Amino acid sequence: MTKRILKFNIYRYDPDVDRKPYMQDIEVEVDATDRKLLDALVKLKAKDDSIAFRRSCREGVCGSDGMNINGTNGLACLADLSTFPDGKTIVLRPLPGLPVIRDLIVDMTQFFKQYHSIKPYLINNDPLPERERLQSPEEREELNGLYECILCACCSTACPTFWWNPDKFVGPAGLLAAYRFIADTRDQATNERLDNLEDPYRLFRCHTIMNCVEVCPKGLNPTKAIGKIKDMMVRRII
Amino acid sequence: MVNRKLVGAHYGLMDWLVQRITGVVMAAYTVVVAFALYTGAGSSYERWHGFMSAAPMRFISFLCIVSLCWHAWIGVRDTWMDYVQPAGIKLTLHVLTLLSVIGCGGWAVQILWKL
Ligand code: SF4
Ligand code: SF4
Ligand code: FES
Repeated sequence: MTKRILKFNIYRYDPDVDRKPYMQDIEVEVDATDRKLLDALVKLKAKDDSIAFRRSCREGVCGSDGMNINGTNGLACLADLSTFPDGKTIVLRPLPGLPVIRDLIVDMTQFFKQYHSIKPYLINNDPLPERERLQSPEEREELNGLYECILCACCSTACPTFWWNPDKFVGPAGLLAAYRFIADTRDQATNERLDNLEDPYRLFRCHTIMNCVEVCPKGLNPTKAIGKIKDMMVRRII
Repeated sequence: MVNRKLVGAHYGLMDWLVQRITGVVMAAYTVVVAFALYTGAGSSYERWHGFMSAAPMRFISFLCIVSLCWHAWIGVRDTWMDYVQPAGIKLTLHVLTLLSVIGCGGWAVQILWKL
């Protein structure tokens, strides 16, 4: 790819200065070395340093640059510039449903509160073994597709149920994490974990809309994990 | 009282299961009625009356009414849970929903009994 002009339409809001949010049109020139949307954003920031967004690893590992790109949540560092058609404006907004701190930066407090509410750590009261708690390869296999979550919040902020009840519904990311520990054979708190979710709001507000699956930049499937939790709850009572 | 968020009512699973099961009952009932209509049970008032007042039909029609009411109650209540935040309004809507569902269910049963 040679030099190319990219047109952006970006959500801007600085609560200290702006009375209300507005959309800003801005263009930036990128060249062959700029491959991802994040590269273009970095150039954009060089042009107008008042634009605020989060980023760190620039390779889809830290989960900090989740944003709404042309209406779909995703990571700027994984969005390939070549997939944006020439001349078409790229519309960037903050992740929907969370309070905006500034421009593309949202307040993730609620999201992490839900994540912490499922106790995202291994609970095992047995004395520590000398080296490590072992699992068979099959048991370890169970955790694939669960542990890879980078907590970017793309899924939860695409979930209508999370928009309506962010304070009560755990959300796809939290529920995926919950199942990650439920599925872990080294964990001893399965029952408590299921109890904690057996609530009309915390788990059962999920209506299997599957927005979460569609947007996950890591290709994970929270809906499937939610289904497995329901499955375990059913098996527990019959 | 500070507005604390309260969760932990342990009826999520039951309602979810009930909604699935009642859904299956209604689907099965629809198939039975559709098949009966296809084979001409609705061709005259007498035939339709005879079909609907047969004991097995009374049995499954009643099951279908109960399923429909139960299913509707959970479904409508879920909608209130999703979209209505103030607890007072939510409770009122829950009660109104429950009452109208019970009313409709009773009415349907009366119609069935009259056959
Ligand atoms: S499940 Fe996917 S979209 Fe959701 S927080 Fe984890 S990595 Fe992000
Ligand atoms: S499947 Fe459930 S968690 Fe995922 S977006 Fe839909 S309602 Fe939300
Ligand atoms: S910058 Fe780390 S995930 Fe995009």
